[in-house]
Amino acid sequence: MLTLFLVSVVVFAATQALPGDAARSILGREAANKAAYEALREKLGLDRPITTQYATWLADVSSGDFGESLAQEGRSVTSLIGNRVLNSAFLVLVAALISIPLSILIGAFTAARRDSKFDVSVNLGNIAFAALPEFVTGIVLVVLFATTVVQWLPAVSRIDSDVPLESQLTLFILPAITLSLAVIPYVSRMLRASTIEVLESEYVTMARLKGLSGGVVLWRHSLPNAIGPTIQVIALNLAWLAGGIVTVEYLFGFPGIGAALIDAVANRDVPVIQAICLLLAAVYVILNLTADILTILINPRLRTGLR
Amino acid sequence: MSTPSVTPDELLTVVTPDERRVPQWVTTAREAWRLGRTKTGVIICVVVVAIAVFGPYAAPYSPTEFVGPPFQMPSATAWLGTDYIGHDVLSRVLCGGRSVIVLSLAATVVGLVLGVTLGLVAGYARRWVDEAIMRLLDVVLAFPALVLALLFVSILGPQLWLIVLMVGISHMPRIARLTRAATLEVVQRDFVRAAEALGVSRSRILRAEVLPNISSPLLVEFGLRLTYSIALIAGLSFLGFGLQPPAADWGLMINENRIGVVVQPWAVVAPVFMIGVLTIATNLMADGYGRALVGIERDTSSA
Repeated sequence: MLTLFLVSVVVFAATQALPGDAARSILGREAANKAAYEALREKLGLDRPITTQYATWLADVSSGDFGESLAQEGRSVTSLIGNRVLNSAFLVLVAALISIPLSILIGAFTAARRDSKFDVSVNLGNIAFAALPEFVTGIVLVVLFATTVVQWLPAVSRIDSDVPLESQLTLFILPAITLSLAVIPYVSRMLRASTIEVLESEYVTMARLKGLSGGVVLWRHSLPNAIGPTIQVIALNLAWLAGGIVTVEYLFGFPGIGAALIDAVANRDVPVIQAICLLLAAVYVILNLTADILTILINPRLRTGLR
Repeated sequence: MSTPSVTPDELLTVVTPDERRVPQWVTTAREAWRLGRTKTGVIICVVVVAIAVFGPYAAPYSPTEFVGPPFQMPSATAWLGTDYIGHDVLSRVLCGGRSVIVLSLAATVVGLVLGVTLGLVAGYARRWVDEAIMRLLDVVLAFPALVLALLFVSILGPQLWLIVLMVGISHMPRIARLTRAATLEVVQRDFVRAAEALGVSRSRILRAEVLPNISSPLLVEFGLRLTYSIALIAGLSFLGFGLQPPAADWGLMINENRIGVVVQPWAVVAPVFMIGVLTIATNLMADGYGRALVGIERDTSSA
């Protein structure tokens, strides 16, 4: 909670309290027009003392009121980004549904066949994909699957808001794969490490000596215990996805909050910037908290420790 | 090889091995060089940096010169074709690396300096100073790096110093955590206790006793952070909030020529390739060094 509060201070300070007066930078050259400048200052509440400004802003924001958009007169920020939040959340969900099971598979297989050719090549692939910026992967995918090599998938994700999202899944494929490729290296690496640790424990040797097949030992006995320590990494990566959508949505013209943030920064639409930055930071804080709780719930030892 | 004559001085070091005579990071670097991945990373990195540094002298045209109609496919005059307003793509690729590399290096150094300072102070001071610093870092961590940069760029404008600073700040938390953890561990050791007992000042203890002992993990982190810096800096340019036209910059080029990717893919693919190869190379180096550090011996394959 304290973190969230401090986050709100940073967002507020960056957008309204910096020396480069928001009203002036919004108006640009028109700031010379004294009347317009004063009017905008009044509208933004910049003529009041800074602490009062922050207090009213925080009160509004915590009741879900982010004010009115500056770029699109008369529209509330909430109505402007409401739909986009859904789109982005759905995109992250699709990416998570692709990347997490795949990471678990890859992690378990590479752990079971440690130092095999497969393990080494996956490791090198992980290093490469962990390094590549998501817009680089995205463009390569576009060139390969949408424009130059084959034209199987749309290069631009124009979501029709009147049609349910589930029926427009093809539009999600490329952005979701781009995001997944950035996340899989981290999660699968972590899972590999924790699976190896579990495979070396005594109860696994016991299960093997009991005559259980390698597959049963890996999937039934080892994996559930190996996933525990990975939850934190999964949560961190989901939070990362929330940030990664910015470039990916921009690249694919996907109508989510990431693309909205870019538009807002370009138009200096301060209330929208504030809303989206707060939202993304809140997602991070909440995901981290959830991961902490899940780790405790999953590990019986920690659970009894709570009592 | 001839047997080297041993001076009394050197003999002394054999008897009382001084850890800092050959710094730990040099030994690790030697170990890392044996790995195929480190070599590949270093070689690619050198090639890309060489292109970025010497490219402008080899460019057939000026990066802002109009050499033909927009979005022409590769030809004898323009080997990689022309871009969205008719610049030579090859010349712009050759000139567009400097900004990416210089800004990323600067941002990483800023992050390292800020992070190490905060981490050392937090780890050594403990109690409320430690608590306050770690809280502050939690706040930075809550923002996705790109969003943090965009937040400040939105009001102050796309200024290069601001971008370098914000990318550096976004690196700060993890470097500081790493430094703090290592400091907490080193501070317990006898030689730090001894230095404290001798009345050596705190800042000197931190610099002379603690810092050399954590240089290796920091170097791994530097490589990782450099990779992310490149991605972030190029990403900001790609989004239109980094370098501004008509500058030649790999990230900016992708943004400018994206609309023509169907007609002239080379104008997009060439800078994408350069950025991609550079980030993979820096990450390979960081990985190789990290492996050498934890003592994972050479892979079964020569990779």
